Amino acid sequence: MANIPADLKYTKSHEWVKEEDGLLVVGLTDFAATALGDIVFIRLPEAGEEVTAGESFAEVESVKAVSDVFSPATGKVAEVNEALNDAPEAVNEDPYGAWLIKIAGTEATDELLDASAYEAVCAAEEDA
Amino acid sequence: MGSYIPSTAEERQRMLEAIGLSSTEELYRDVPASARLKVLDIPEGMSEMEAAQAVGALADKNRRYRAIFRGAGAYDHYIPAIVKTVTSKEEFVTAYTPYQAEISQGVLQSIFEYQTQICELTGMDVSNASVYDGAVAAAEAVMMCQEHKRSGVVLPDTVDPQVLGVVRTYCESRSVPVTVLPTTGYALDADALKAALADNVACVYAQSPNFYGVLEDMDAITAIAHEAGAKVIMAANPISLGLLKTPGEYGADIAVGEGQPLGMPLSFGGPYLGFMACKAAMMRKLPGRIVGETVDKEGRRCFVLTLQAREQHIRREKASSNICSNEALCAMTASVYLAAMGPAGLKRAAENSAAHAHCLAGLLNAIPGFELKTAKPFFHEFVTACPVPPETLQKRLDDEGMLGGLPLDDGILWCCTEKNTRGQIERLAEICREVSRK
Amino acid sequence: MKLLFERSRTGRGQSLIPACDVPAVSFDPSLLRAEAPRLPEISEVDLGRHYTELAKQTHGVNDGFYPLGSCTMKYNPRIDEEMAALPGFTGIHPLQGEDTAQGCLEVLFRLEKLLCEITGMDGMTFQPAAGAHGEYTGLLLIRRYHQARGDAARTKILVPDSAHGTNPASAVMAGFSVVSIPSNAQGGVDLDALRAAVGPDTAGLMLTNPNTVGLFDPNILEITEIVHRAGGLCYYDGANLNAIMGHVRPGDMGFDCVHLNLHKTFSTPHGGGGPGSGPVGCKAFLEEYLPEPRIREENGAYRFCTPAHTMGRVRSFWGNFLVAVRALTYILTLGREGIPEASAGAVLNANYLMNKLKDSYDMSFDTICMHEFVMTLERLKHETGVSAMDVAKRLLDFGMHPPTMYFPLIVHEALMVEPTETESPETLDEAASVFLGILEEARTDPESLHSAPHSCPIGRPDEVTAARSPVLRYKFAQ
Repeated sequence: MANIPADLKYTKSHEWVKEEDGLLVVGLTDFAATALGDIVFIRLPEAGEEVTAGESFAEVESVKAVSDVFSPATGKVAEVNEALNDAPEAVNEDPYGAWLIKIAGTEATDELLDASAYEAVCAAEEDA
Repeated sequence: MGSYIPSTAEERQRMLEAIGLSSTEELYRDVPASARLKVLDIPEGMSEMEAAQAVGALADKNRRYRAIFRGAGAYDHYIPAIVKTVTSKEEFVTAYTPYQAEISQGVLQSIFEYQTQICELTGMDVSNASVYDGAVAAAEAVMMCQEHKRSGVVLPDTVDPQVLGVVRTYCESRSVPVTVLPTTGYALDADALKAALADNVACVYAQSPNFYGVLEDMDAITAIAHEAGAKVIMAANPISLGLLKTPGEYGADIAVGEGQPLGMPLSFGGPYLGFMACKAAMMRKLPGRIVGETVDKEGRRCFVLTLQAREQHIRREKASSNICSNEALCAMTASVYLAAMGPAGLKRAAENSAAHAHCLAGLLNAIPGFELKTAKPFFHEFVTACPVPPETLQKRLDDEGMLGGLPLDDGILWCCTEKNTRGQIERLAEICREVSRK
Repeated sequence: MKLLFERSRTGRGQSLIPACDVPAVSFDPSLLRAEAPRLPEISEVDLGRHYTELAKQTHGVNDGFYPLGSCTMKYNPRIDEEMAALPGFTGIHPLQGEDTAQGCLEVLFRLEKLLCEITGMDGMTFQPAAGAHGEYTGLLLIRRYHQARGDAARTKILVPDSAHGTNPASAVMAGFSVVSIPSNAQGGVDLDALRAAVGPDTAGLMLTNPNTVGLFDPNILEITEIVHRAGGLCYYDGANLNAIMGHVRPGDMGFDCVHLNLHKTFSTPHGGGGPGSGPVGCKAFLEEYLPEPRIREENGAYRFCTPAHTMGRVRSFWGNFLVAVRALTYILTLGREGIPEASAGAVLNANYLMNKLKDSYDMSFDTICMHEFVMTLERLKHETGVSAMDVAKRLLDFGMHPPTMYFPLIVHEALMVEPTETESPETLDEAASVFLGILEEARTDPESLHSAPHSCPIGRPDEVTAARSPVLRYKFAQ
């Protein structure tokens, strides 16, 4: 079973979210990272770019697949995890440590899932 | 007369029975009767001998010139014998794209070697495994540069008109604006470029040596484009790069060109080879196949198709390009050619081509009516005036087995390679002198 | 194996170009490159041996069975190569006068006529250099047609979910957006979904028939009619024409334009990934939009001409001409009887091999197939852990090129097998016993399949490292 920390919020599209110093920190869940397999490259936005809730802000590539990463909120990219440019595998190794971006000017919405609700999403996808 | 099917009619009947059918017709049972073809209206098949005679007769209808003084995008260079020997090896000719790396190391390694040679030639960091031709390479390069906030290409009218045509086609369908700068004097004027360059243009495309043979002021073009935040795509003749300053040295972001001069015969226009190389920062925008080095599980060096997430079979409608098959065997041809020539041989081909062209230019310039159209530096092509209709001149040259320069609106575009001998060049000049006197 | 650069020794080389017989040119130093390119310096014998070694590590059609689905890896007749190498073709400059290149123009003109008859089209261009390039060109015809009629709302191209990735990629390059049409339970186009998808924004439908699961869609006439009634055009992807040539024509199925892969159906070699040729044919009402120039005949002479509303150019000159020479030779050789015989042979061979395997391997559709069939190894993977990839890699140990893997995307653990007509029953029998033997291994010794191949020059390459830290050129020692 995938690791789903209780203190984070989640989206149905497998991003995790936490608030930190007034910014929303966004990453990919363990479930998503495992499903993608070995991640070889992450196409990240630049700091200052606008992101929109529900729209793609990054792309994650494995050898034979590409997946969009969707923004949990609308706001401006405050910070980008540049370390992922050289070491995208960090998302496989430590999905909850290897954040992708931090979003400013917004806060977590009620539409985000808590850990148990997200676990149900994962379970449903595994059965499908 | 033959379909290269090994099995006999009896064997095929047995095979049909094995699958529970009695006739070939039944294999096509899902085809609606109204759509079935009654008769295929083409001639009966020929024996191999008859086919060879029929196609050979077509080849004989063409006129082969003993000496060619025409380029304009297709160049008659010497092709070392070993190039044909290597590239006609059955394994290379008949293999598919190297999807199965374990049994395709030969093709994969040759592409890796080709990519390295193209990087060396152009002064760039990364090369792809080829695209269809130089014109498509130019169009694909323009697409590589398009971003959300920057779009469009600015290019002078000194680029190859066919390349411009293809760039226009590709840009029209993607709604990418194309601005063609008119020039005077057969080269781009740096001030005109500066004036034309809006601050949201994605790229500038320039060819040097350009269609008229002239070496563009690439230092100025690169500086102006970069100043405006636009990328620079430089098209170059690969033979010239044995001698002349590279796109990398000029600071271009992408280098492209027609690879035909690197060991491919004229062949009435194809197959040719589009080469594309870029700076490392643009690596993941480069279209087409790319081969990378890696290891197998025993740690042995090997090569694979890589960065495939860029490509159509994975990214589908979001792919950077739809290219699938490229010109692999032509890329190998270029690679064998460059290896056979070596740095010294390539330089000599470039020097001799330039020397022959300058020799011819000097001789023609001294003939009334054949004056050079510009004094700007050129490589192995140049434009002169022509005092008679170019067809009249060509008719006279036909008797000598010579193909003269390409007729333009205002003169003739001449070309020399290392293959044109001093004797041929002097004879050509003699004929021009005769023609000018009449 | 050593790289060319590792075989290089300073000062070695070959005597190929004579010293210059005219005075040298001295360019301004600012125009010269600072350092010579680090091309290999190598003797002819070492260069020859290098490539002989590379050839040994390359599996071509003559190295063994090559049932690579969707790629039509048939035997490439030698006479076609010989014709393409004639100096009367290779030595012709593309810009020499029409009158002096009549043979070349006639090659293109005659091949156009033959291929139009085979496809049921009225006109054709040879500019596209490969299949995907042809797709792009064909879609531009559709775009131009709607534009010329002032029908700017038609911006969508319908593509089945089973389609090759080039289809949606080409549609986007041609300025369209893509609507994916689901497949029905028989692997064909879902008619209800198609009816629901068409409308005033439909520019056209792109379809392969037989489709990518190797089946001829029996509803084809209804499919093209639905699209036409909605005002769209029908584009035929010729990737699978080898199943049907001489039996049924895209033009008679209701298609308006088509691209062919001369390097598949018409037996021109693949060259390790090109050069190919992707001519595009169309019905008369689209001819005016074809790329320039075209060739017409006038009192026995051939001339270039420009279509009235041409889309312009998609490539320089006239396309991959020597590939056209090969295809012409091939069609002249096969002729009226040989063309349908070849496709029927391809279909027969596919069914014969499928029949031998279908009791052991799960077929994605257990019916009479066309020139190829798709197996699904999903159950095998579930039961033994052995994947389509494992089976494919094990086939390498038996000197066989594996089928196409993991395509089409709508079939899980897919292996797509296309034997082509140029294989004998013995070859098919041997292939069947290899497939069956591997199935046995999967049940008794799955581990050995995970580590296959065992007898190739290399094992499975580390593709993850290759993509994560790309090394795309040789790094010279400083």
